[in-house]
Amino acid sequence: MTGRPFRPVRRRKQSSERVVGVPAPLWLPASCALGLIVLPVLGLFARVDPAGLPALLTSPAALSALELSLRTAVTATLLSVLLGAPLAVVLARARFPGTRLVRGAVLLPLVLPPVVGGLALLYLLGRTGPVGSLLDERFGLTIPYTTTAVVLAQTFVAMPFLVMGLEGALRAAGTEYERIAATLGAGPWLTFRRVTLPMLLPALGSSLVLTFARALGEFGATITFAGSLRGTTRTLPLAVYTEAQADVDAAVAMSLLLVGVALLVILVARPGGVQGRG
Amino acid sequence: MRKFRGVVPSLALLLALLSAVAGCGVSAEEDDDTLTVLAAASLTESFREIGDRFATANPEVDLRFNFQGSSMLAEQIRQGGAGDVFASANTGMMDKVREAGAVAHGPDTFATNRLTVVTPPDDPAGIDSFADLARPGASAVVCAPQVPCGSAAEGVERNSGVRLRPVSEEDDVKDVLHKVTSGEADAGLVYVTDAVAAGDEVRRVDVPDADQVTNEYPIATLDGGGHQRLAQRFTDFVRGEEGREVLRRHGFGTP
Repeated sequence: MTGRPFRPVRRRKQSSERVVGVPAPLWLPASCALGLIVLPVLGLFARVDPAGLPALLTSPAALSALELSLRTAVTATLLSVLLGAPLAVVLARARFPGTRLVRGAVLLPLVLPPVVGGLALLYLLGRTGPVGSLLDERFGLTIPYTTTAVVLAQTFVAMPFLVMGLEGALRAAGTEYERIAATLGAGPWLTFRRVTLPMLLPALGSSLVLTFARALGEFGATITFAGSLRGTTRTLPLAVYTEAQADVDAAVAMSLLLVGVALLVILVARPGGVQGRG
Repeated sequence: MRKFRGVVPSLALLLALLSAVAGCGVSAEEDDDTLTVLAAASLTESFREIGDRFATANPEVDLRFNFQGSSMLAEQIRQGGAGDVFASANTGMMDKVREAGAVAHGPDTFATNRLTVVTPPDDPAGIDSFADLARPGASAVVCAPQVPCGSAAEGVERNSGVRLRPVSEEDDVKDVLHKVTSGEADAGLVYVTDAVAAGDEVRRVDVPDADQVTNEYPIATLDGGGHQRLAQRFTDFVRGEEGREVLRRHGFGTP
């Protein structure tokens, strides 16, 4: 995620003698790890009933959930860039007391179970919450049960990926170029536009993929904060869960839609992005 | 020596993983006097109490409960999940389990449940009847039609001719209740037993008898659990005088 390939420190010394191999004891746990990731997805495919699949994939419930999921996840990703990228720059470059504390706070959604995040959002922005009641009284706005609530929940859980990715890249790049730009007479804004921003671009790709993927898969915060209603708040993960209560085949079909979108994002949209090569 | 530095931690990790896996296997192994009861989420409070009384009468039995949505439990049983007793919140899910050939004895109906409207205690939207839930401006939350309380809600809609426009369809009746107790919904449609469990946190508006749909709760012992006699003793206890008394106190009807 730092935008640089990992380089072992002793590489040069050893390469003169022999090629660095993978230690034998790593192979077994490594293949276990791969199996743990790949096998369940294959199991999902094995559960598919091919005859009924096309109808289930194109059912109104599935299509409306897919459309809602794509719309909200894209919006949440854009919102994360608009708000999270500036936060990353501030965290990497600004010097103020409590930077560490702020960085810790940004990590909070990654550590918190999403359901807790959903409850937190509900108690802040719900009708009875301090901000929610204000919005309700002054402007007649209610956020829970709306698509806005879905986007907020997704942004809450996904934005840290963007902030951490970009901040890591900025710190790894160092401030040298920016200092040189400053000595050449560039102001902070010009330096930001012409030096900092271009340095961020490679890391932006990988961070975007992670942010979008996290937003797309969001479940706990959404169902707690936004509820679940077809076309308004029932995104694909929520629809999978609801369908699984009654019709497992429909749930499996919707899961395949999610797997499909995820593979598309990983393989087609940004081949090198996930490896941090941009 | 240096080249072994990576070997030791990875071996340790592998050992830890293996012992964790082995540990899971051991804990899943059936103890002779362990009885696992899979029960619908709406039975949580009443079955805990019945369980305490059953344990007093049968101190040698180690009773374990797994409370979840009936649909999830039914799917787990069909996929081979271990359990000795299944108590479902509707007959449909029990039928699924029976069709899969997993039922040993039963099913027998041991309780009935009905829906009721609940609102926050201060009743912000002025809800006085089931029809008020459909009023514009009143935010109502119900269960999704895929789960038992949601199919019952659909039945009440049919019987009363009132078409609801809920702001959310939850997967679990307890989530509906939470939306109401937290004040985030004006009204919700939950089981009478959930309203009883919530006590002062909600205000009840009863659905007229004519519009009611009665949910039947079947209980059965399961094949493959390996504790037939114990399982039968537990279902007998639930359906006996003491079990019925507890169920009634929690708001269930008993046949």
